[in-house]
Amino acid sequence: MRIERRLRQPRWLLVAVPAASLVFAFFASGLVLLATGHNALSSYRQLFDAAFVSTGALSQTLTTATPLAFTGIAAAAAFRMRLFNVGGEGQLYIGGITAAAAGLYLGGRGGPSAFVIAAMVAAGCVGGAAWALIPGILRAFFRTNEIITSLMLNYVAGILLTYLIFNTESYWRQTKGFNASVFPTAKPLPPSSLWPGWTIHLQGGITLPLGAGIAVVVAGLVWLLYTWTRFGFEAQVLGDSPRAARYAGIRTRRKILAVMGLSGAIAGLAGASQDGDFRHLLDGDPNGLQKQLYGYSGIVVAALARYNPLAVIPVAFLIGGLQNAGNTLQGADFPSGLVGVMQGIILFSALGGELLVRYRFRLGRRVKEGVPAPEPAA
Amino acid sequence: MNNSLLVVLVASGIAYGTPLLYGALGELLAERSGVLNLGVEGMMLVGATMGFWAVQRFHASTGIALVAAVAVAAIAGAAMALIHAFLVITLRASQIVSGLALTIFAGAAGLSSYLGNDLNLADNPARHQFNAIFPGTLQRWPIVGPILFGQNALVYASWVCVIAVALYLSHTRPGLNLRAVGESPASADAMGIDVVRYRYAHTLAGGAFAGVAGASFTLAITPQWVAGITGGAGWIAIALVIFAFWRPGLCLVGAYVFGALQALAPELQARNISLGPTVLWANSLPYVMTVLVLVAVSASGVRRRLGAPASLGLPYVREER
Repeated sequence: MRIERRLRQPRWLLVAVPAASLVFAFFASGLVLLATGHNALSSYRQLFDAAFVSTGALSQTLTTATPLAFTGIAAAAAFRMRLFNVGGEGQLYIGGITAAAAGLYLGGRGGPSAFVIAAMVAAGCVGGAAWALIPGILRAFFRTNEIITSLMLNYVAGILLTYLIFNTESYWRQTKGFNASVFPTAKPLPPSSLWPGWTIHLQGGITLPLGAGIAVVVAGLVWLLYTWTRFGFEAQVLGDSPRAARYAGIRTRRKILAVMGLSGAIAGLAGASQDGDFRHLLDGDPNGLQKQLYGYSGIVVAALARYNPLAVIPVAFLIGGLQNAGNTLQGADFPSGLVGVMQGIILFSALGGELLVRYRFRLGRRVKEGVPAPEPAA
Repeated sequence: MNNSLLVVLVASGIAYGTPLLYGALGELLAERSGVLNLGVEGMMLVGATMGFWAVQRFHASTGIALVAAVAVAAIAGAAMALIHAFLVITLRASQIVSGLALTIFAGAAGLSSYLGNDLNLADNPARHQFNAIFPGTLQRWPIVGPILFGQNALVYASWVCVIAVALYLSHTRPGLNLRAVGESPASADAMGIDVVRYRYAHTLAGGAFAGVAGASFTLAITPQWVAGITGGAGWIAIALVIFAFWRPGLCLVGAYVFGALQALAPELQARNISLGPTVLWANSLPYVMTVLVLVAVSASGVRRRLGAPASLGLPYVREER
């Protein structure tokens, strides 16, 4: 059997490979479940029910899919340029902190709701972008590996987030009232800074959060940026061949900073939407928002979507369903950690599937020596 | 004198630095063969879980149980590394994404947590743990007592490993072949070295070291099982390999410095010392310092002279030279 590089990638493979990855991942995770003495089929039925079928399931899935859509687009935007921003997790926390500050401050002064929400969106973007620009600047000016720096900053952001609520009387912390003296908690956001949702009367009422709408718009904008503008083209060239990009006069540093900032801003939006859409306060509990690991799951979403921002949306919905079911079902039949196992296997199979996209297999004996190969080398 | 902050920090820096050292040595072996494995954190966590499981389940005397547990942890780590090796060496997948996938698959919210919860490992202290092996009189010697004689067997074993890896890389035929594979797989291949076999073997060895690193958390530092017990140590170990310019001796120095940084926060808390927002800066210090040292190394340009293995991160395909 020979493995050859494909000269042209057939379109159907670009859909078939991720789909097959999902199927394979379910099969392989089923083996993990069987090996540890669980009934895989009944676990999967429960998972499907909890994710998409039972009353309120779709609503819950939207609450996990929305942050995943943001972090997925954030990862896709950076990974496309081979800029491995794995700091989505920390950028989300910082975006959450800045957006909550804007919501508490402006909402407390009684401004119109639309204005307060817009300010929260902007603050989340700024916070996330600023946090992402730290590894961005280090990469652009000192050639420091952005993978490790952005990852280390996730831990720092998590420590900061917990510190603001638990270890200091910060602006975000509730300091008045009986409960606050018993257990540290965050100030609730004022009503005018809560994000609206729209209800569809199906399955006992499905709430479409504002964040989900923003995520779809952002996905479209990033797709336009990468497919229809000079900026996107240059980023693509820089990702594929940094040397060619330099010879073509593309400003490498500027591009790294811009893409890191963009990626961080989108991850920061996920934090803003956590405040405004879902949690209605700054969640500093180490067992709350930080346990969801939306930033890391966003990488899985982006890879399965093959770094296409438009494809991120449906993929985020699927992975969001998985994550929601994991939260709901956690217990004896469904040990916690299973969702991470499945996400990991999905990523592995998506990666292995890349081989099928890039190469093709030919059965038959090797070409005899002396006879030129049937196709020119790619 | 033995209770002064400095002595305690050095002594516990060595203890906390030991998993970093094992992890970094393993990553160094893998990277020297040209395989970048970003899954150290995940491999460590699976090693931590399986080592702890073994010590709870094997009914044997302390010594035998602990040796068996370390062996189980090493095998578990190597098994995780095998996934990465297959994807990047055989299937030529992106080493970066595959390593990240391994950390997500095996990490704090993945397989290590699944196994720990499914095997009911939480809420029980370890039945056996690594304790200091020298008698108390030696440990009470001023300064050198706690630092040199107050450590457990895993620490002393790690010193043997550092020497062994250093000698292996510079004085043995397979070690020299390994470096050839990492620098120029095509030339190594032309010399008759089996590139694929070397890469598999050293990626797996790296996983085994990471597994032992994880076990030194659950069997020595904090002898219990908690999901995500390593708290980013795997990533610091990867960064250490870069600071150490891919040299085992420097890995030891770096590991102990970062071990001391990690020991600082609990030690300050135990002594009720506070300087401004202590919880904030003391806990984030190891991570911030990792970033700062990494910047210093990459900005100074030493890296280009002392160089990473030239083929690091690149797949080797004989037909596509």
